[in-house]
Amino acid sequence: MRTVNQRGWFFVLPVLILVAFNALMPIMTVVNYSVQETFGNNVFFWQGLDWFEQILRSDRFQAALGRQFLFTAIILAIEVPLGIVIALSMPRKGIWVPVCLVLMALPMLIPWNVVGQMWNIFTLPKVGMLGYFMNDVLGVNYDMTQDPLAAWITVVVMDVWHWTSLVVLLAYAGLVSIPDAYYHAAKIDGASSWSVFRYIQLPKMKTVLTIAILLRFIDSFNIYTEPFTLTGGGPGNSTTLLSIDLVKIALGQFDLGPAAAMSLIYFAITLMVSWLFYTLMTKDDAG
Amino acid sequence: MRKRSIIPILYIAFLMTPIYFLVSMSFKTTNEILAGFSLFPETFTLNSYRAIFTDPTWYWGYINSIIYVTLNTILSVAVALPAAYAFSRYRFLGDRQLFFWLLTNRMAPAAVFALPFFQLYSSVQLFDTHIAVALAHTLFNVPLAVWILEGFMRGIPKELDETAYVDGYSFPRFFMKIFLPNIKAGVGVAAFFCFMFSWVEMLLAKTLTAVEAKPIAAVMTRTASSAGYELGLLAAAGTLTIIPGAIVIWFVRNYIARGFAMGRV
Repeated sequence: MRTVNQRGWFFVLPVLILVAFNALMPIMTVVNYSVQETFGNNVFFWQGLDWFEQILRSDRFQAALGRQFLFTAIILAIEVPLGIVIALSMPRKGIWVPVCLVLMALPMLIPWNVVGQMWNIFTLPKVGMLGYFMNDVLGVNYDMTQDPLAAWITVVVMDVWHWTSLVVLLAYAGLVSIPDAYYHAAKIDGASSWSVFRYIQLPKMKTVLTIAILLRFIDSFNIYTEPFTLTGGGPGNSTTLLSIDLVKIALGQFDLGPAAAMSLIYFAITLMVSWLFYTLMTKDDAG
Repeated sequence: MRKRSIIPILYIAFLMTPIYFLVSMSFKTTNEILAGFSLFPETFTLNSYRAIFTDPTWYWGYINSIIYVTLNTILSVAVALPAAYAFSRYRFLGDRQLFFWLLTNRMAPAAVFALPFFQLYSSVQLFDTHIAVALAHTLFNVPLAVWILEGFMRGIPKELDETAYVDGYSFPRFFMKIFLPNIKAGVGVAAFFCFMFSWVEMLLAKTLTAVEAKPIAAVMTRTASSAGYELGLLAAAGTLTIIPGAIVIWFVRNYIARGFAMGRV
C-alpha cells in the first residue's frame, strides 16, 4: 500500500503552482465581479448577492438550465447504452481491432468548431448530404434553421456522432480485461448470454462505465462550441444551452456582474453532480 | 464474419459519412458545391488546398496551433509526472482533497474562464502569444494527465522502487532509468490526450489570441463570416485539421482503449 510521506507535497508543487495560477486567480476575478455593479471606467459598486438572486429567479436562466439538463439527459440515455452495445459486438482479437479503434476515435480528434461547421454544411438543404437526403429523397421537410425540433435532433445526433466512441472505448477496455476463464466457467454452467452480460461483463465494466458517465456528464453539460457553430443557439432560443447563454451575457452584452454570478452557479451545479460520481467511484476503490 | 459484426460496421459507416462528405467537398469547386449535392466531385480540383498552402494567414493558423499544442503537451506531461508519482506512491496530508480539487478544473465550463483568462493574460503581457494558450490549456490537461499517469503508475508494483533503492539507485536516476521506461505506454497515452484536448479546444484559444498566435480554428470562423460562404475552402481547411489527430492516434493505437479508461482497468 501507499506509505505516509509528506515529501509528496514537494512532488505536486509544480502542478499546484500552475493550476493555482490558472484556476484560483480567474475564479477570484469571477467572485469579485459577481458581487459588484459597474457602469464602465473601472468604477465598481458593492452589490452583495443581488446578482445571484436575480439570475436564479430569471426565466431566461431557468429556461437555459432546463434545456441544458434535458440535453445532458438525452445524451446520456442514448450514448451509454449504445456505446455498451457497440463495445459488446466488437472483435476482441485480430487485425480489425486497431482499425476499429482508430476509426471510432477519429471524430473525437476533430476541432470542435470544425465538427459544428461540418454538420452545419452537412444539413444544408440541397447542398448538404443529410439535407439533400431528407428533403429530396425521403421527402421530409427538414430545415434546422426554421424548425426547433429539427435543430434539437440535429444537435443530439451530432453529439452522438462525436462522443459515443468515448463510451465504446471505455466499455471495450473493461471487456478485454475479463479473463477467458470467466467465460469458460459461464459456458460450463450453461449461462445464457444475458446472464453472462448481467453477472460477468457488467460488473467488470462498472469502474470504466462510471468514468464514462462522469466524463460524458461533464462534457455535455459544459458543451459550447459545437452547438454554437451548428445552430448559433437558434432558431430563436431553442438550442441556447447554458454555456451559449453565458457567453452571450459575458462577451456579447458585457454584463460582468450577472455573467459572473451565473458562472459561479453553473460551476457549482457541475461540481455537485461530479462530486457525487467521484465519491461513488472512490468508494468502490476502497472497498 | 459473425453476424454481430454488422453493428460495428454500421456504426463506423455512420461515423465516416460526414467525414467523407467533408473530404469530397474539399475537392469540388465552390460552384459545384452550391449547385447541389453530388456523391463524387465532378470536376476534381486541388484549388482549395493550393489556396491554403499559398496564403500565410491560412497556413500560419496551422503552425500556430501546432506550436501551442506542442508546448502544452510537453508542459502538462512534465509537471504531471512527479505529481502522479506522489499520488500513486505516497499518502500525505490532504492528498485526496488535492486530487479532487485538480479534477474540479477538468469539470469547469470553459465559458466561465473565457473573460477572466482574457484579463489575466492581458495583465501579465502574454495576450496573443503561444505561451498564453499553452498555459491556459494546462487548466484541463494537467489534471487529466495526472489522472491518467496515476492510473498507469498504480499498476507498477511498489517492489520495483524498493529493489532499485536496495541496488543503490538514487531517486532521480531510478525515476529516469527504471520507472519511466516501465510506464512508457502511460506517458504516450497522457501525451496523446493532452495533444487531443488542446487541439480540439477552441473557445479559450480564440479568446486569448488576436493576430500573432491565431489558431487555425479561429482563421476558419473569420473566413466563413467575411468572405461569404467559401465552402470548398472551408472543407479543405477542415479536412486538414483532421490529419494531425489521425497521425497521432496511430502511434497509440494499441493503448487507446486502456488510455481512455485512464489506465483504470
